This record gives sequence, structure tokens and C-alpha cells, in this order.
Amino acid sequence: MKTQNGQIFPKISTGIAGLDEITYGGFPEGRPILICGSAGCGKTMFGIQFLVKGILDHDEPGVLMSFEESRSDLAKNVKSLGFDLEQLVKEDKLRIDHVKIERSEIEETGEYDLDGLFIRLNHAIDSIGAKRVVLDTIESLFGGVENLGLLRSEIRRLFRWLKDKGVTTIITGERGKNTLTRQGLEEYISDCVILVDFRVIDQIATRRLRIVKYRGSTHGTNEYPFLIDENGISVIPVTSLKLDYKSSEKIVSLGIEALDNLFSKKGVYKGSSILISGTAGTSKTILASYFAIESCKRKEKVLYFSFEESIDQLVRNMKTIGIDMEPFIEDGSLIIQASRPSLQGLEMHLLVLHKLLKELKPDTVIIDPISSLICVGNTSEVRAMLVRLIDVLKMNEINAILTSLTTENGNHTKDETIEVVSSLADTWINLENSQLDGRRKRSLNIIKSRGMGHYNNPMEFEITEDGIVFQEQ
Amino acid sequence: MTKEETWELRLYIAGQTPKSVLALSNITNYCNEYLSGKYSIEVIDLLKSPQLAEGDQIFAIPTLVRKFPQPLRKIIGDLSNKEKVLVGLNIRVLKSGKD
Repeated sequence: MKTQNGQIFPKISTGIAGLDEITYGGFPEGRPILICGSAGCGKTMFGIQFLVKGILDHDEPGVLMSFEESRSDLAKNVKSLGFDLEQLVKEDKLRIDHVKIERSEIEETGEYDLDGLFIRLNHAIDSIGAKRVVLDTIESLFGGVENLGLLRSEIRRLFRWLKDKGVTTIITGERGKNTLTRQGLEEYISDCVILVDFRVIDQIATRRLRIVKYRGSTHGTNEYPFLIDENGISVIPVTSLKLDYKSSEKIVSLGIEALDNLFSKKGVYKGSSILISGTAGTSKTILASYFAIESCKRKEKVLYFSFEESIDQLVRNMKTIGIDMEPFIEDGSLIIQASRPSLQGLEMHLLVLHKLLKELKPDTVIIDPISSLICVGNTSEVRAMLVRLIDVLKMNEINAILTSLTTENGNHTKDETIEVVSSLADTWINLENSQLDGRRKRSLNIIKSRGMGHYNNPMEFEITEDGIVFQEQ
Repeated sequence: MTKEETWELRLYIAGQTPKSVLALSNITNYCNEYLSGKYSIEVIDLLKSPQLAEGDQIFAIPTLVRKFPQPLRKIIGDLSNKEKVLVGLNIRVLKSGKD
């Protein structure tokens, strides 16, 4: 792989969804990588996934040298993630060597070295032609021997040896108090260091990782949330690294002719993100549904995230104004995902979305309302997530409708969701209810629409049994 | 321990390194001195048979393993400290006044 400055720098896939993007191509081939973090944050998982995916996707055999868990324990632990270690061992693709050191049965006298470990590792590597190695957690050795000075120099020698051997090695290390690892392994591994972290914020647990160091390569520097679920680990890049998505010249209809006519191009660009903001009861969902149905009519796939209404309720309510969603739900072109936003952490939401995008390949995504995600995390997290979300949608050229509930009587520009989304959205439609002469008036105002002219005054409309009806100007 | 029982010792080495040679000569000396005639030392060169390292959980070289009598004991290093080796192997010094 070529890096940006044109240097040849071979990298190999990490096997972890999303991590290759952050590292611009993967781990440095043939070098040691340190993954450190406190207990239970998924270090071992990283290692195992690196090996298993290496075997399955790249046909690169791997060796796992475990200093803590036995082979059967490891196999059991990752079975729930769909990794069958025993089978891979049978196929001679994987070697698991459990190094068990019983301090109580060992006495030390005189000089020694760790050649035994080297020989075991060498034997395991050579016997299956391994390209990937995981040492989990080598720091356990520090509890096993007395001569720490020697151990340090031997570990240094081991890392050098692994480098000479040309295998890409993940070394896991326990997080220390003031250091990345308890035993300062980061001093010996300078090529690539990744810090993983497990935090509980507002009762929602989030796992994060950060690339502390990646010598000779550019890398994403943010903290990236990651998930461990039934498919293993996936990392979500916070922001796409470049703004290089394509923009379409195609125009799509919003589903209401009168509304389309307010735009100089008679609709919005395909793949654009549309923000619909407004206080409660300003018909945001209705507008979004129009767009969804219109998309379905174009024989496109629509993914509708409903964070406030259940599917039944949404369908029923839309029916009262003449929007029939049922046929589209039945033929599979309209897929509604209804869930409470607080059910999952933000990352989980994003991941669910990612997965559904991959599985269903929708042409249109509706998130109704995006503002309810605010209650899940703090502002900066939500902001990061929304940016990620919109980036993903744009990269895939998906039409997106994001509705946002603004606070009653509030100045909508001060609203936090609006603040974040409005700059990312290509088109922004604000809906308002106002009282005039004892009558409530609904109005729609296009605040912006990138790349085209639009009507600048508020448009009044009514909701009737036949749907939205715009007032003649 | 009865007199009939034979001590089974295993010395793991990796090639004829000075440490390994020293370890072998040390343990041979101690055994001759204290376990005369009732011991066996099997030398395993891991460079020749690396697959044997896992079984006895060898990580350091040289490592002396007492297979018998039970329980299993391990001494890592060149065995230069006689006292420690004897304690580690739990060899009772019968010939009093020798040291």
C-alpha cells in the first residue's frame, strides 16, 4: 500500500471493521503492535479477531500465545462471536499455546534466558507458516519470574526477534496507573500503539479506542467508539477522513408537488441530507412520510427509523391523512425500525444503522426524530455521531430526511441538534405553528438548499384528510 | 522417599550454550553427591525437539524439571547456587558435615 507521501509501507488488514480506515490500511506488516487497556475492555478479542479474520479472509495462519487463559477457555469465550477456534486449530490454520507459569513450583538460580518461549513460539509459527501472532498478555511473565531486569531485556529481544521473523504481532498489555502498560511495554514497541478503554457514562457503557502512535503512517487521532457484538469487534470512524463523496446532479421529488415547486430545480438533489426542524406538532413526521412514500414509489428502498412512534402507530396516523404505508411495508420497500433511543448507546445506534445500510442498501433513510438521540449522550458525543451518520449517508449517496424537534418558543438556531445538523444538511426546512386571529396557522420555510435557488418566504399549509395542502400564493 | 526410588530429572536446554553446559555439569555434580545411583537425568535439547517445550510449560532455558518424586518442581537458571537447587528439589542433605 502506498501512503500519502508515496512511501512504500506494507500494511495488513486488521480484520476489525473500521480499524483499517482509521489506520489508513491496517497494521504495519511484520511489526509488533501494542494494544493496551484495563481489564475487560476487549484486548484479547482484538487479538483473536485479528487472527481469525486473518485466517478466514486472507488465508494467513496465526499463532495465539496466551499467558492467561487456557485454550479451551479462549475457545469457549469467543464461540459466542461466531469464532470456532477449535476448528481452525484442526485445520492447521491456528496454533494456540497456553503458557502457564506456576510461580509456586519454580525456583530460580543462576543465569537463564527465555529461549524456551522463543522456541515454542518459533515452533508454532513455523509449523503452520503463521503470518500473524498474538501474545496475550506477555506481562503475566512479570509475575512469574524474579529477575525482572533479565525479563525486560528478553522481552525486548523477543520483539526484535518477531520483527526479524517478519510476523505481524499483537501484544496486549494491561493499563498501568501513569503509563500505558503496567510494565512499560510501550518503551519497546514503538511502531504502533493502540489504547482501548471501557467507560460508563450516564449508565451507558461505551468502548473506545485511540491510536496513540503509529510510526511512519498517518492515522486518525480521535477516540473511536467500538462495539463487541455477535459479529465481533467493529470500530466506527468518527468522521470520514475526507470530503470526497460524489454529488449527484439528479433531482428527487419530496413527494408534494407544491413543495417541489419551491425549489428552483423542482426537488432536491439525490443523496442530499434534508433537515426538517420544528416544534412539536408541526407535521415533521408527515413531511418525512411523504418523502418516504415518494421514494418507495420510485421503486427505491426506504429505511425509516422511528424513535417516537411504533410501526403500527405511525402507519395508523399516516392513514388518517391519506398516506398508506402498508403496501410498501408489505412489499419490503419500506422498512421501519422503531425503538427507543435510550435503549442503546449512541454507538449502538450508529452501528445498527451501518449494518442495516450494508444489508439493505436503502436509497432513502429517514430518522425521525434525530433530536431524540440527544437524550442518549452528551452534546459533543451526539455531535460526533451525527457528523458520522451524515457522512455515511452521503458517502453512500442516500437521500436522508432528519427531523428535529426544536424547543417550544425557543430560537431554533440555539438548539443543539440544529446547531450540529444544520451545517451538515444540504437542505433545511423549518416548520412553524403560529397563532393568528385565534386561528392556528402552519407554515413552512425553506432556510437553505445548497446548490439551487428556493422560495424565501414562509408558505402556509394545512393538513387535511388528503394530506398536506399548500395555500395558493 | 525410599532408597529404591529413582529420581527422574529432566534438563531442558537449547543447544550447547555455556549456560546449558554449566547447568548440566552442576546438576550432575549435585546428583552424584546426594543422589548417587538413584537418579536419572534426561537432557532435552529444544532446538532438536521444540515440540516438547509445551508439555512441561518451559519458557526459560535452562530449566530443570523434577518429574519424580511428585510434586513437579522446576528450577530455572544455570543451577549455580547449590543451596537453592537442593532446596528447590527438596533433596535432603544426608551426608552431614560435608558442606
